Amino acid sequence: MGGKIKGGDRLNSELRIRTPEGITFAYSLAGPVTRCTALAVDLFCVIVLATTLSKGLSLAGLLGMDIAGAFQMLGFFVISIGYGVVMEWSCRGQTLGKRLLRLRVMDAGGLRLRFHQVLMRNLLRAVDMLPAFYLLGGVVSLLSPRAQRLGDLAAGTIVIHQPRHRQPDLDQLLAGKFNSLREHPHLAARLRQRATAEEARLVLQALVRRDEFEPAARVTLFSELAEHFKTLVTFPAEVTDSMPDEQFIRNVVDVLFRQGTATGASAKNELKNLFDTPNPVDTLPARFSDLRETNNA
Amino acid sequence: MIIDLARFIATERPSWEELEQMLDVMERSPTHRLTFDAAKQFHFLYQKVSADLARIATFASEPDLLRYLESLTARAYAEIHETRQRGRQTTFMRWLGSDFPVVFRRHFQAFLLSVLVTLVGVGFGGMAVGLDPEAKEAVLPAMFANHLGDPAKRVAEEEKATKDRLGGSHASFASALMVNNIKVSILTLALGMTFGFGTLVSLFYNGVILGLVAVDYIRAGQTVFLLGWLLPHGVIEIPAILIAGQAGLMLGKALIGWGDRFPMQMRLRAIGADLMTLIGGVAVMLVWAGLIESFLSQHHQPVIPYWAKITFGMAELGALIWFLGWAGKSKGATA
Repeated sequence: MGGKIKGGDRLNSELRIRTPEGITFAYSLAGPVTRCTALAVDLFCVIVLATTLSKGLSLAGLLGMDIAGAFQMLGFFVISIGYGVVMEWSCRGQTLGKRLLRLRVMDAGGLRLRFHQVLMRNLLRAVDMLPAFYLLGGVVSLLSPRAQRLGDLAAGTIVIHQPRHRQPDLDQLLAGKFNSLREHPHLAARLRQRATAEEARLVLQALVRRDEFEPAARVTLFSELAEHFKTLVTFPAEVTDSMPDEQFIRNVVDVLFRQGTATGASAKNELKNLFDTPNPVDTLPARFSDLRETNNA
Repeated sequence: MIIDLARFIATERPSWEELEQMLDVMERSPTHRLTFDAAKQFHFLYQKVSADLARIATFASEPDLLRYLESLTARAYAEIHETRQRGRQTTFMRWLGSDFPVVFRRHFQAFLLSVLVTLVGVGFGGMAVGLDPEAKEAVLPAMFANHLGDPAKRVAEEEKATKDRLGGSHASFASALMVNNIKVSILTLALGMTFGFGTLVSLFYNGVILGLVAVDYIRAGQTVFLLGWLLPHGVIEIPAILIAGQAGLMLGKALIGWGDRFPMQMRLRAIGADLMTLIGGVAVMLVWAGLIESFLSQHHQPVIPYWAKITFGMAELGALIWFLGWAGKSKGATA
């Protein structure tokens, strides 16, 4: 059990958890700026709730000034502490602000978040706030390898960021080009099998940003990429020799991301049938039905 | 290796959905217990989904499917590897009447240290005002301004008042006291994150104020008034602050980790639930103390005789000692 922190850049590190089954999954840790913004949203919510309460109580002035005053004081106190606790406990680690910014409180070991952890991290805001504007908590979370403020440290929690992943518009990117690699379906299948997810993302990004490169750099980059992919799978010389490197990479991306073959098309249909419900606000695909094809735009 | 994605999804999907349904049930009701067969099936499904994740991990073109399986694995991992006792269904009365005193006794040493530091503070405050009556003005915070003058004069004034001094604002005074005291307790606990140093300072300072006021009244020959005024709420309020100090010191000790071979993360994990039980109990005690202080302590001699208030205070103290020392004992042995 246990998480490992990866990434030298503290502002952009991730927590990797490797299960005894050898499976690794990663959470990207939330940075201080997003967390502060979420906090501001939550503060606003607390103020709105407290104002509503005091308006409500002034209407219920029949109770008498004394009782109304007492309820107002207690109410404000309970809201200011209870808001975070109740929201994070009932919405699986998310307050309204965290939900808007796609943050979530998690157990630092990847385990189930417990009520006492939620309570602890919210009560210990008292010391994180010191001396003013969460200075102590902010400094501690910048120094902490898991970006934890003191409350997170004591409660054993982390705050993760779940960004929305968008696929670039492949149809436009690869529009109308004939792909000679597809003439060798077994080699194309082998390419799909051997290319790692990182390699696939790399070539896709290279293609998406191709116009941002200097002409000379663009040629070098694509020639290096092409050379690498040719070592993964050897296509017949008559296919690759006459093909410019950039065109070869374009075809590789086409093979990796678009499955024009018979089986590929049916896989797409299968996915499309399964992911037909509208996407909820929450990005974590917690339900199978939450999944939806994003690259069919 | 996956050649045919459509077939892979079609054959594996029932397992994913079955695991998802089991997880939904388990996450919704923390008290849900699996039968032996269901637990075996759950473990089987977890391993199956893990294997599917490993297979799809190299499949670059399906990031959504990958994330879905990752999230499923992560959720199942959280359930399978959770070794802490699952939250059991508890009622407020059982938590307060049994869990709280049991946890208090489990960490009694930290409470003793908390008492000791406060007593040192009391001694220091008492000595300061004994040697130099001016010290009172230098140390007392603004909220105790009504204690700044001559105690004998204050007593005379309080006893003269024939009508209710607080007028009709008992309830708001009580809630102000509760909010303030609970905030102080939370801070005392939270300051444990300064390796316990902040908690020690806070306890010592509370002791100093207590010693200062007490010795001031005693020197002025107003011991009876002091007891009558302080005991009814003080016997609950002061122990509550001491328990908050106990929690803060436990937190400090877990951070420092003397003589403990476990890493800090595990030391903190081990006491987390106990700390929250303690601070919850403290909050309940302070609600009671706030009500008593506002509705009872502020009435003096002609209205309520001192002996009655002192007797009430002593009875409360006895009940508290019994509660913290013995309540929940039979259940505590198995807890």
